[in-house]
Amino acid sequence: MSNKYDFIIIGCGITGASIAFELSKYQTKVLIIEGSNDVSMGTTKANSGIIHGGYDPEPETKMARLNVEGSVLTKELASLLNFHYNQLGSLVVGSTEADHKIINKLYDNGVTSKIPGLKILKTKKEIHDLEPNLNPDFDYALLSETAAIVAPWEECIALAQTAVGNGVELQLDSPVTAIEKKDNKYVVTASGKKYTASHVINCAGTHADLIYKLALGKDADKSFEIIPCKGEYYLLDKNQGGLVNHVIFQTPSIVGKGVLVAPTVHKNLIVGPNADFEVISRDDTGTVQSNISFIAQSAVHSVPTINFRENIRNFSGVRATLKDGSDFLIEESPYLEGFYNFAGIKSPGLSCGPAFGKELVRMMGEKFTYEKNSNFKYYPLPKYFKELSGEDKEKAIRLDNRFGRVVCRCESITEGEMIRAMHSIIPGRTVDGIKRRTNAGMGRCQGGFCGPKVYELLRKEFDLNPDEVLLDRDGSNIIVAKTKGEK
Amino acid sequence: MIEHELVIIGGGPAGLSAAYGAYQKGVKDILIVERDVRLGGILNQCIHNGFGLHRFKEELTGPEYAQRYLDLINETKVQIKSDTMVLDLTKDRIIHCISAKDGYQTIRGKAVILAMGCRERTRGAICIPGDRCAGIYTAGAAQKYCNIDGFLVGKKVLILGSGDIGLIMARRMVLEGSEVVADVELCPYSNGLNRNVVQCLEDYNIPLYLSHTVTEVIADEKNGRLKEVTISKVDENKKPIPGTEQHIECDTLLLSVGLIPENELSQNAEIEIDPRTKGPIVYDNLETSAPGIFACGNVLHVHDLVDFVSMEAERAGVNAAEFLQKGELTGPLVKVENHELVGYTVPQYIRKVDLDDGYVQIFFRVRAPMKNKRIVLTANGEELASFPRLNLAPAEMENVKIKKSKLKDVDMIGVSIQEMKK
Amino acid sequence: MRELICINCPRGCHLKVDEKTLTVTGNSCPRGKTYGISEVTNPVRVVTSTVKITGGDSPRVSVKTDKPISKGKIFDVMHLLDEVELKSPVNIGDVVLPNILGTDVNIVVTKKM
Repeated sequence: MSNKYDFIIIGCGITGASIAFELSKYQTKVLIIEGSNDVSMGTTKANSGIIHGGYDPEPETKMARLNVEGSVLTKELASLLNFHYNQLGSLVVGSTEADHKIINKLYDNGVTSKIPGLKILKTKKEIHDLEPNLNPDFDYALLSETAAIVAPWEECIALAQTAVGNGVELQLDSPVTAIEKKDNKYVVTASGKKYTASHVINCAGTHADLIYKLALGKDADKSFEIIPCKGEYYLLDKNQGGLVNHVIFQTPSIVGKGVLVAPTVHKNLIVGPNADFEVISRDDTGTVQSNISFIAQSAVHSVPTINFRENIRNFSGVRATLKDGSDFLIEESPYLEGFYNFAGIKSPGLSCGPAFGKELVRMMGEKFTYEKNSNFKYYPLPKYFKELSGEDKEKAIRLDNRFGRVVCRCESITEGEMIRAMHSIIPGRTVDGIKRRTNAGMGRCQGGFCGPKVYELLRKEFDLNPDEVLLDRDGSNIIVAKTKGEK
Repeated sequence: MIEHELVIIGGGPAGLSAAYGAYQKGVKDILIVERDVRLGGILNQCIHNGFGLHRFKEELTGPEYAQRYLDLINETKVQIKSDTMVLDLTKDRIIHCISAKDGYQTIRGKAVILAMGCRERTRGAICIPGDRCAGIYTAGAAQKYCNIDGFLVGKKVLILGSGDIGLIMARRMVLEGSEVVADVELCPYSNGLNRNVVQCLEDYNIPLYLSHTVTEVIADEKNGRLKEVTISKVDENKKPIPGTEQHIECDTLLLSVGLIPENELSQNAEIEIDPRTKGPIVYDNLETSAPGIFACGNVLHVHDLVDFVSMEAERAGVNAAEFLQKGELTGPLVKVENHELVGYTVPQYIRKVDLDDGYVQIFFRVRAPMKNKRIVLTANGEELASFPRLNLAPAEMENVKIKKSKLKDVDMIGVSIQEMKK
Repeated sequence: MRELICINCPRGCHLKVDEKTLTVTGNSCPRGKTYGISEVTNPVRVVTSTVKITGGDSPRVSVKTDKPISKGKIFDVMHLLDEVELKSPVNIGDVVLPNILGTDVNIVVTKKM
């Protein structure tokens, strides 16, 4: 296997996966280098999961343009790739004069950006009819019919596995340690190995500035700066999932879109995020008591009857914000030809997703000389067993009787699905890797029941020592030893 | 569609006892559906002793207790479908289940007994902030890893919660070579049996921090595994007191913070659930709001001793048999209400049928530990019955019996805790 | 003078035991007196644990001491159990290790596998 590529993509979150996906439609030689042990491990797996309408950003910014494009593409890809997606629409709700003004501005943004399905609701009754559980004081709202919810890690896995299925290579567990320019090519060092490419696409999320600085070398001071910003969430039991029918946004402020309340594609309720710039590090995903208390207080302002005692999980994600500039930084580096930055991909990054790939091709213009790949194929995610008809369930069990053994009781996920996920194009090799691919462990018992069983399946399937099975990241071993002093 | 007279969902202590009770009362066509490969439920991993003192007048370990009922069942023609998960239950008693062996099946029972047990409360339910790393387990999951699979979850353990599961796991981890640095309990008193505090904590010099809770979880630099927790003292409202934080190094946090009856199937069947117990609302014959569907054991309300689970479940079996033999019971109802210092009651309703015959037993738990009080049953503004008790505690399920004949002119009975009379 | 809580029944009587004279006060029944004396002279416990097993439906089977054993010997018991490997089938009551540590206590199986 030669180590020479047309493109090296650094980072396999939604940005890197989307670009790899697009490039795999052409006859290109692409390598994705990802520092973690799985795809979607950064911001991509820890966000609100919203495909926004696209009216938030100022028109004609990259954010606005790519959001509108990405929203349409995401909907198409959801059926082609079978990731969970629900276009249930969103409401930005307000009650004060100031709120009305902002909502009007958002509407105008939307019109300018040519976003379909936007409407202003001007009466309490209209809002109440759509959302009976909202604070009855809301008297003004922007309805966006194109807004949707998605499982972002599913989308990322589906895009990445399609790319890999079409010839893209993926190196996991490979943090980049050096980038050199040599004879018009880039030599990227990761995990002790060197890889060469004509182009480097920097999709490294909260680490994008660090990656750029590696490449800039002595010109590192010319790099942009990423300021990590943490957002925390509640994920509540399915019995709260029916409280709202749309994504409910509070009127946004300078800091961001505010605390949202939304159903998830798995029928839970998600509440959050805040915006905390006081992070310990770029990878600090710890939740903080004061933040989660703030989010709860803020959310009940929108939906007073949320029962936080039905919380099943708190989590947080760190977003990459730029020190300078409020739009995405998507450019070919003015200092390094062939080095492309996709930086500062905070909200609406997920919404833009598949549009990033198209943007790269557009940006490269005449430099993009690659022919289409006429053998391009989609590699959709498999349907959950529980979503199959009774007849198809029977067929699945007859083909492999492990589909008849439910392991995750809360979500009815079978052993067959878990084994399949361990052998998929980008295999799940950790407990959370299986969780992201099958939904096992996402239910109300949070893996209390199925955890030991998934552990055992992984241990046997990959022939691991007891302390080698990981919960998620490197170093997250679940078991320390066997009892009875066995080695 | 497979048809059976009686289908029991769950083959743990409740399901086994219910099958036995029904069989003794004359039902011969009984099917137990169990998700594990073997029967016994949670008793299989409860390898400690303390079970059976009431039911069998012997001190047994969990698996031994289970075997007693398995031996009783083996004498009968009760059928077992093991390694089978029930996916759905309808209110007309149709069960959808799957197994590797038999695929997808639908089974109709003329009567159904719910015996699905309960699950553990998680970190999310109590919102412990901090990192999400490996090293955090519910006590029951750690018990499964240890006693069934032979795996040690960690070397330096802190336990949150001093209910019996937490106490038992403290001892278990120490015996298997781990260090248990502390047991931290939110309440000002332990929620477990005294014998367990002595034999699990005091015997091994494990400190018990009452009125404390875990306020932060901190992972190592890789954000992979637990490295330390912060514990804080709490005030009388159970809120952390700022300034009382202590950092405790540990690589394992075991959560023993409560059990929740597992009623997803009951809700699918549109059975009314009591928000106080989180289990089905039942009549005194343990029938739920869905005719012919009965409930018993931890799925109905969380028990403290398996002996009482068996006694309740045998009754459910007998009552299900009577339903099959004599049809549905109807009659005016007595509503049972929890009043001062009582958290809930089971049953929630008593049917006024056969009032000249026997007793009704009301189970409940108190809200706080108390000494020298009376359990009082009131109806129509008067005391119907009174029962003195030296010791009452939330950790110990209580029960009182009242003659059914006393309920003739009653439509509501209140259960409360009052002072002793002079 | 030792203060103990009796663990024989839920009453949990608070006992006071004079270690020299071995007199017990605070008990409500004779079992309390026996427990009080035993706790200060030779505290004993039943030890429950697991041992390795092959051929069964799980890698460990539960065992116990068939009588209480001196508290000081608990970890010695655990070390003995480390060395044991059983083969299925086993029945409740099967003696795994007879007369351990110079006592008349046996380790017996507590789960049929």
